[in-house]
Parts: sequence; C-alpha cells; structure tokens
Amino acid sequence: MTTGQLPLFDDDRRAAIAAEEAAWEAEELAAFLARQPEQRPGYVTRSRRPVRRVYTPADLGGTTFDDIGLPGRYPFTRGPYPTMYRGRTWTMRQIAGFGQAHETNARFRYLIEQGQTGLSVDFDMPTLMGLDSDDPRSLGEVGREGVAVDVIDDMRELFDGVDLEAISVSMTINPTAWILLAMYVAVAEERGCDLDRLSGTIQNDILKEYIAQKEWIYPIRPSLRIVRDTIVWSARHLARYNPINISGYHISEAGGDTVAEAAFTLANAVAYVEEVTAAGLDVDDFAPRLSFFFVSQADFFEEVAKFRAVRRAYARIMKERFGARKPESMRLRFHAQTAAASLTRPQPMNNIVRTAFQALAAVLGGAQSLHTNGLDEAYSIPTEFAMKMALRTQQIIAHETNVTNVVDPLGGSWYVETLTNELEAEIFRVLEKVDSLGGTVAAIEQGWFQRAEADFAYDVALRRASGEDVVVGVNRFVETGADAAQAVETHRLDPESERRQVARLRAVRAGRDATVVERTLKELAEVARDPAENLMPATLAAVKAQATMGEIVGALRDVFGTYVETPVF
Amino acid sequence: MEQPIRILVAKVGLDGHDRGVKVVARALRDAGMEVIYTGLHRTPEEVVATAIQEDVDAIGVSLLSGAHMTLLPRILELMEEQGIGDRLLIAGGVMPDEDVAALKQIGVAEILGQDTPPAAIGTTVAALVNRHRARAAVGGAS
Repeated sequence: MTTGQLPLFDDDRRAAIAAEEAAWEAEELAAFLARQPEQRPGYVTRSRRPVRRVYTPADLGGTTFDDIGLPGRYPFTRGPYPTMYRGRTWTMRQIAGFGQAHETNARFRYLIEQGQTGLSVDFDMPTLMGLDSDDPRSLGEVGREGVAVDVIDDMRELFDGVDLEAISVSMTINPTAWILLAMYVAVAEERGCDLDRLSGTIQNDILKEYIAQKEWIYPIRPSLRIVRDTIVWSARHLARYNPINISGYHISEAGGDTVAEAAFTLANAVAYVEEVTAAGLDVDDFAPRLSFFFVSQADFFEEVAKFRAVRRAYARIMKERFGARKPESMRLRFHAQTAAASLTRPQPMNNIVRTAFQALAAVLGGAQSLHTNGLDEAYSIPTEFAMKMALRTQQIIAHETNVTNVVDPLGGSWYVETLTNELEAEIFRVLEKVDSLGGTVAAIEQGWFQRAEADFAYDVALRRASGEDVVVGVNRFVETGADAAQAVETHRLDPESERRQVARLRAVRAGRDATVVERTLKELAEVARDPAENLMPATLAAVKAQATMGEIVGALRDVFGTYVETPVF
Repeated sequence: MEQPIRILVAKVGLDGHDRGVKVVARALRDAGMEVIYTGLHRTPEEVVATAIQEDVDAIGVSLLSGAHMTLLPRILELMEEQGIGDRLLIAGGVMPDEDVAALKQIGVAEILGQDTPPAAIGTTVAALVNRHRARAAVGGAS
C-alpha cells in the first residue's frame, strides 16, 4: 500500500482528536452555550444537509490522500489541470442573443471589446424548439429571449467578423443542436477554417430537457440517437470541439437540490456514454470531449464541495464503470453559471453581490468557464450595462482577489473535505437508485427525476414564505414605498425585429433552389429511418441547400414522431 | 354549499420553465381548489378551449418567454369571443413593471410575481374568485 492510500489520519489520531473535541464540548462549549445559546436549534445547507458546528480530522474517517490528491491527476478532486488559473484564467463567457443575427453580432463584438474571452449564444424559443420564425406558434417569440436562426444565412451573419478558429463558441441549444452544429460547420468550411481548430460546444443534452428544461421535439430514444450521431461525427471531424455539454444547471433551476443536480447529471452522462459505446466507439475516443455545465448557487461551501465531489465521482465512473484508460477521459471539465432563480426583483442591485459570491464559489470549485448573471434578470433579459457589470465581477475576482494564485485553496479544509465525501457518497446512492429503476431513460419515463425536483421546489417556496430561508429584500430587510422600486432599465426588443426576420426568411425561401432542398430533406428522412446511420452528413447537405430549421425538424418528425409529457406536480 | 373553486393552470408559449407553475398548482391544490394543469407549450386557443371544457372559474397562465404582451391579450380576446369573458385571467412570470401595469389595464385580473408565497397565491386567487362570484350574483339579480 502506498502512502497515498493510507488514511490521512489513522484511527488512533482520530480517536484522540475526537476525545479532545468531546472534552471541549463538555467544558468551553457547554459553558458558553449556557450563557449564550446559538441562534438556531440546528444548522443546514441550502440542500437541507445538517452541518456540524466545527469540523476536525475526526470527521474525515478513512479519507486518504489519494482521495483528495493533486490537481490534474486522478481522481481530479482538486481540478482537471495541474496549474489551473495560474496557467490560464477561466473563460469569461457571457451568454448573449436577441433579435436578428446582426443585432447579436453587434453585442458579441461589444463583449469581445470589453475583454470577454469566449462567446456564448442564446437562441430564441422558436429556434430552440425547431420552429421557423413564420410559424404561427412563433408569434411574439421571434428574437425575444435569444437570437433567431432559421437558415444558414442567419448563422453566417451571426459570426460575421468573428475568427472562428481563434474564439471558442458555445451554443445553448438542445433538441435542434445537431442542425445548428451543421450550420456552424458549414459556415466555417465556407470561410476555409480548419475544422480541427474549431473549439466550443453545443449543449446538446437532450436527457436533461425531459428532466428539467423541457425543450423537446421527438421521443426520448430517437433524440438520444441524434445526440449519439453528433458525438460520433464530432469525434471523427472536430478534434477540439465539445459536442455535448451535460448540464446540471437546469436541473437545479427547475428545483433539484445539490445532490440531485450532480447525480442526475452524471446519470445522464452514463446514458450518453452507454449509447455512444454501443455504437462501436471506444470510450477513450470521445470521452475527452465530453463537457459539463453546473450552476453555482448561494450556499458557498456546499457549492465548492459539489464541484469537487462531482469531479471525483465522474473520474471513478469513467475509470471503473466504463474502463477508460486515458486520464483525459476521466477528467471532468465544466462551465458554471450563477443561479438565475436566486435573483430578486426587489432591490435589484443586491443581485450584483449575490452573483459575485456565487461566481467566487465556482472559481474556488475550479470552473473552466463562467457566466455571471445580469442584475436585471428578474425583469427581463439583461441590458448591455448589466452584462458589463457581470463581466467586471469576474474580472475583479480574477485580477484583484488573488484567489487564483493557488490551486484548490479550500482543499484540506476539514469541512469542505467532509462535505465533498458526503456529496460523493450520495451521488453514488442516487446513481444506484437510477440503475435499479432501469436506467436514466426508464427513470425519466417514470417521472422519477421530475417528481424529486417538484418536491424540493415546493419545499423551497414554503421555506422562503415562512422566512426560514432568508432572501434579503424579499422576506428580510424589505423596503417599502419609493425605496423598494429602485427601478432598473430593462432591455427592450426592437418591435420590428420579428417582422424583419420573417421577411428575411421568406426572401431566402423564394431565392433558393427548391428542388435541391426537397431532395436533401428526402435523403435526410431516409437516413433517419435506419438507426445505424449517422444523421450529420445528410443534415450538412440540407443546411447547405438552405433548408430551414423548421423544414429539417419537420422532415424528421414524420419519421420519429413527437414527445408528449405526462406532467407531475 | 359553496362550490369549490376550479382553476385551469396553463403554460403558454414555447418556454419550458415549469418550476413556478408547478409550485402554483400545488399551492392552489393545498388551498382546497380543483386544479387542472395543461402541461407545457400550449397555444392560447388550446388553453381557452380547455377552460370552456373544464368550466373553470379562472385561468392561471404562466410564461417566462417574454411573449406575455402577445399571448395574454390573445387569450383575453379568445375568452371574450368564445363566451367566457366573465372568467378571470391571472398571470405569472418574469415581466417588466410597465408590462404588468399594461396587462392589468387590459383586463388581466392579477399578476403573481416570483416569490409570491404559496399561501398568498391561494388567498389571492380565492379572494379574486369570490369577489367575482359575488359581483356576478348581484349582477344576475338585477
């Protein structure tokens, strides 16, 4: 047995420390409590995890040095890279998207000018759901919450003047991710880019859509096949691109507690790895390109411990369950976003402070990229000013606090290590439960994940109402009258934007070769009928022929059908 | 005996944010109401058709896509056209203050913002429906 495999503190030392703690409880603590009781009978984390008053090595049980380890080495508890932010600061990636492609393009150029180091695209609801801008169901939603992309022409304009080989681009898109990936690749090809130099990600995490974000088109199985096809195709054609961003963020925002976020996300990861390896790919041929996305909530230490626990759990799953051999396959890399649902409408400036603490937790947890929310997001999508403040928050953490000087500075904290151990153990308990339900897809079909989220969400609402969970400005330190208003200026969409996009789409339709469009769509539907085929080449042909998002989605709907949820509340 | 309050809770538009609507549905059920939830991605036409079929006192619509200024007026219009203009329309979601004021102006009975306590959701809706019923009863007698 190597030194690293021995417990950090052996039984005798832990027993001695525990005895000392008991003596302290009987003497100093008891006397103090007699004079001044604690403010609450018990203390818990945001996820209702009871925490002790103080932690000592006695809490660490049999934890070994190898469980904690060193950064850039299995089990990656302390971070995916040996130097972390000393080597490269995290990517400051503020999401943006609204109106037409040229409007979002202007925001991108502004953000790059302000020092942003990666782009992140938000699409409008019709694009996310695979509807064209002139579909009746798109009315009022075109360009509203994100940018509208109907055809390759829009994608071209979106990245006009942006060097796609130099800047990484993240696209938050799910059921239609494979179409946007095809458009993106086609635009890069047109510009003569080396595809192996493209970096960035599509979210493409359809399983969490059924669980949390609820953007879907097709039933679960064919949707999983689409994801498989993008991963397999990217493994062969896009050396640096992350074809999926497996996301806990939405699970948390939909109501999941900390363990639910981490564990459900890993349950989804397990399902994707099973799906892709079943298609014949070796785990080490694609796992290094799997990427993750988590929320950073308000409970500071619980969040830091979550990031550490999820990295360690993932490393163990990839090594032990899937037999990965490359360290890169076991190394979890993640994007973090501060918690939108924690933002409040009253006293909106407080949101800057909330976001800063959440961002700090993500950094101390070892995030590879970070989005900080705008102070005005309880009102509408953020203004340019709000986005700038959010970016400045990251820059202050990166350049003024010196927290980036040392890797995993909270490693070795008896509290943080104990929380990390507890969260990891619970993640594995949930994964066992999911396996016992028949796996991730079966658990979705049974509404198991969805019910867990709804229960915790309701619980949170009740605790906020009772004041048990304090929200400054909402249930404590409430201001009334003029002070409370503290009005923020909100982003207003150009009301003509929707009409212009519809006109633009119709002009494209009128100007293209309809027979080529029809042929490519027919070929795509043919390919879709054979589950062994890969959808990407036929999709690329269709987008190059200027087939629209709605047409491509429609062609496959005839083959795959649609998903209907049985809602639980 | 007083009829229990029947309410249709609906998600219109394309966004899938259903955390709030589910909390609302459960809060109303806990307040003793009969709650019908439509599920996600409903059109205004579908919502009004369901409201008629289920003969509800009120429709509660949740949307966080920003399309409230298009979809809520459309629902009011359809309610009027299809003879249920006498029922209440209540909304919830993320919307700027000036939109909240404008929506109340055109006849949305109430807008329940984020962080409305579950119990307050129940009492607010009950008060609105009961006041509405009382008015209708007086109106019917005259």
